[in-house]
Amino acid sequence: MELFETWGLTLIVFLPLAGALLLGLLPKENELALKTVALLASLGAFVLSLALISQFDFSGGTYNSYQFEVDETWIGAINAQYHLGVDGISLPMLVLSTFVMVLAVIYSWNHWEEPKNPKAFLILMMILATGMNGTFVALDLVLFFIFFEVVLLPMYFMIGIWGDRTPRKIPGFSREVETRLYASIKFFLFTLFGSAFMLLGFLALYFKSGEVSELGIRTFDIVELTKLGGLGAFTGNFASLVFGAMFLGFAVKVPMWPFHTWLPDAHTAAPTVGSVLLAAILLKLGSYGFIRISLPILPEEAANWAPAIAILAVIGIIYGSLACLAQTDMKRLIAFSSVGHMGFVMLGIATMTDIGINAAIIGMVAHGLITGLLFFLAGSMSHRYHTREMSRLGGNIKLMPVMGGILAFTAMASLGLPGLAGFWGEFMSLVGSYNPLDGLSLGVFRTAMVLGAIGTVLTAGYMLWMLQQVNLGEPSAEWESKEFHDVDRFELAAWVPLIILIVVIGFYPKVIFDATTDTVTSLVNTVFNAEAVASLGSGG
Amino acid sequence: MTFQIDYLAFAPEFVVIGTLLAVFALDLILPRPQKYWTATVAVAGTALAAVPLVILAVEGETRSMFDGSYVVDEFALVLKGLFVVAVYLVFLMSHHYIESDRYYQGEYYFLLLSSVLGSMVMASARDLIILFVALELTTGPLYLLAGWRKGDVKSNEASMKYFILGVLSTAFLLYGMSFLYGLTGEVTFSGIAEATAGMADEPALILAILFVIVGFGFKIAAVPFHFWAPDTYEGAPTPVTAYLSVNSKAAGFVAMLLVMYLALPSVSEIWAPALWVLAVLSMTVGNLSALRQSNIVRLLAYSSVAQAGFMLVPFASAAVVGADLEEAFSATVIYLTIYAVMNLGAFAVVIAGARKTRSGELRAWSGLGQADTRLAVLVAVFFFSLAGIPPLAGWFAKFAMFRSVMIAGGTATVVLAVIAAVNAVIAIYYYARVVKTVWVDDPIGEFADDASAAPAGSLRLALGLSLVFTVLVGFFPAIATFVGDASRVLAAG
Repeated sequence: MELFETWGLTLIVFLPLAGALLLGLLPKENELALKTVALLASLGAFVLSLALISQFDFSGGTYNSYQFEVDETWIGAINAQYHLGVDGISLPMLVLSTFVMVLAVIYSWNHWEEPKNPKAFLILMMILATGMNGTFVALDLVLFFIFFEVVLLPMYFMIGIWGDRTPRKIPGFSREVETRLYASIKFFLFTLFGSAFMLLGFLALYFKSGEVSELGIRTFDIVELTKLGGLGAFTGNFASLVFGAMFLGFAVKVPMWPFHTWLPDAHTAAPTVGSVLLAAILLKLGSYGFIRISLPILPEEAANWAPAIAILAVIGIIYGSLACLAQTDMKRLIAFSSVGHMGFVMLGIATMTDIGINAAIIGMVAHGLITGLLFFLAGSMSHRYHTREMSRLGGNIKLMPVMGGILAFTAMASLGLPGLAGFWGEFMSLVGSYNPLDGLSLGVFRTAMVLGAIGTVLTAGYMLWMLQQVNLGEPSAEWESKEFHDVDRFELAAWVPLIILIVVIGFYPKVIFDATTDTVTSLVNTVFNAEAVASLGSGG
Repeated sequence: MTFQIDYLAFAPEFVVIGTLLAVFALDLILPRPQKYWTATVAVAGTALAAVPLVILAVEGETRSMFDGSYVVDEFALVLKGLFVVAVYLVFLMSHHYIESDRYYQGEYYFLLLSSVLGSMVMASARDLIILFVALELTTGPLYLLAGWRKGDVKSNEASMKYFILGVLSTAFLLYGMSFLYGLTGEVTFSGIAEATAGMADEPALILAILFVIVGFGFKIAAVPFHFWAPDTYEGAPTPVTAYLSVNSKAAGFVAMLLVMYLALPSVSEIWAPALWVLAVLSMTVGNLSALRQSNIVRLLAYSSVAQAGFMLVPFASAAVVGADLEEAFSATVIYLTIYAVMNLGAFAVVIAGARKTRSGELRAWSGLGQADTRLAVLVAVFFFSLAGIPPLAGWFAKFAMFRSVMIAGGTATVVLAVIAAVNAVIAIYYYARVVKTVWVDDPIGEFADDASAAPAGSLRLALGLSLVFTVLVGFFPAIATFVGDASRVLAAG
């Protein structure tokens, strides 16, 4: 057990990478061996993260205390540490990440998109897993940055190589460009643009920490920086510049309106597994960054930015929903729905209350499960119909009853039907914004609440509209002579666990809140409230 | 005045001199089919030169000669090591390339060794005369090497352009240096540093410094003195281009920083704004021009112009706000070291790829990944490393650069940091385009598949060494930080 305490997290993070190395050594032809290795590596990480839950101390987590910590010297010259740890906020995210990865490998078992090459695809998935797991447990800004960036390369290749080959007319280009080429580079450049500034923000914190800490030691350590931040070390012009720089990095990743334009392209063009991982986990890296880094380290500045974030979040909700109603492509509709859902997550974070942040975390988990499943479904359907145009699809439930049923279920979950996982995130973030942290503008947040509530109606609107077009009605004449095989066993194996979890979290959200509540409450009480009161006192 | 010669301090240079003489002699004796021995001797000689370097480094003593005009300290040793390693990699790349095209092998290695000798001496130079002679010894042989493919018009153009502009820049440099000497009556850096303190208003000094910067600007191909670079890079034999973009650029860089840092620290308000402008222009113009390139070597040429801009950032920003130059110097040396190896790796990949595609046009590289996965992986590693994407070594170079900028603080530096950040993103577009072409695009032609298309053993070794370095430093940047620390002795001494 001692060994697991110190090595557990490292194993969870690097087991997939070891799997990737092993995959590299295996011959290309032996597909079964390749898939088995990938499955074992991802399953290993998942089982270890379950073991983590069993060993995790759920009683009264206080913020900024982590479990399963490792803290070793990594780059001595700049005092960057190999510092990992989990708390109630990162635990659900880590488990989500390892869990979805296993399902993605299972789904890949017999779904290879052109140009096949399972070896390369699985290697990329494993590298992606290391990056994602690492981001959720990194407690050092440099380490966080590295993991945050590591996910870019595999995703770039996934979209670029296995993506959608339909030529598209892009404004500004004289010739038609293949969607995958445009989407992959757009994804890459947007994210890197944000993270270049994020890095500048991290560096600024590093140098400031040397000036304000008692010992005068510069540090990238998130725990140390959070302590300093809680003492009000980072304020004024400096803090607002740093917050702005980090905001760019995280907001592009989330993505918040108006930085979202890479998302519909990337999600639509990516291969099925790529879209699933993008939606289920990659987007959460951004919102997790807000909760883990921006808010606790710069609490006072976060309070200044909160109304702006809330406004952008609400614009995202409304805009995303309206954009959904304008789509003709099913996958693109699901992609735009992510903009809206992540808007709710960001609204929850912006309230800076325990309800809001809890809402954000459960919202992230639920969105990961539900939208992941929706992308799986969209992928499987376009695999069978060879089109994603909703106008051609109708009557799906008659052709494939099981697939249609699952789609109906997932769409209901996505629109926030009470009793399913999607409900809690939306509902609680609206509740949270009725009563944001003391000192935040009530007017802004209550308006946001009303607009958000309208957004939930719109969400229901486009989801039902999609169901109506795709599932209901009579199948179009062009499918008459075709035989469709309903879901196969690999699809079921990948989807049923998701369905079960969506129901379980829907009826019993305590499974998530048990982990998060104490930590979040302690974050809000010790880090935010003291600050908000102080700023009220000084600012009048 | 004492003229005691410390033979151990000169040992690395002596080994190189011995090697180049041996190469020269062998070339005269050996019949044509056996000429490849010159290559073997050259490779062995450079490897041997590392031995005294290591001995000196382990000993760790600063050796100063000729009244401090020639100093062998940790900083000089690190740079000499870098030059030797870089030329070693270039030799490995050249071996098959030069042999297969019936070039004059003996002369080729003789000239490259002379050039590296110059850069090694330059690392120790602490007065204007030694610096100038060493720098000219570095670039002189390259005028010939650039035109090595005699029958090729482009190669002739490369050599001619490089020669004329190089000589022009030398004239500027020397003119500037003569002003410095005339004003101060000193040639040693320390002497000039003392004499120029408080002379910031002297117009002749301003003129002298501007001339010196223009001279060095040509050597490092900083915008707007970069016009020779793309044509020369494209026309010269690819291993020579690799050498030009790494060794000769590094030598020019170090020479410039030595002069600014050691000889003119007290009048930094004169040269700092000039470097600031050079940095901004080099990054921006280099990157924007690289976006439009269709030839992979030209793309690397513009990329190296832009990288020179990134390298100038730490120094320019620290000097503009009058911050401590030590951090900046260390960041620049770290950047230079990482850039050297990953850029050599990129050129090695280009040489290996050109054997398959029979072309330097990017279009011809489409779908190379389907024909040769290993080569395509290497393309991805080196080009993404140049782009600065973790966990490959390039990230730490960019990181060290941004770090030193943030240490300096101040408005002018924040502006520079933002410009650098935007440029880092622009650069990713064209580096990623190469990777995209190789991995994502469908093949448009046949790839050569015969024995001559396979990379030679020595090229594989070059690729392997730079790959190991690029990946290792990415994960354990501590390896590179010691290079930066070594450069701090300049501040101490």
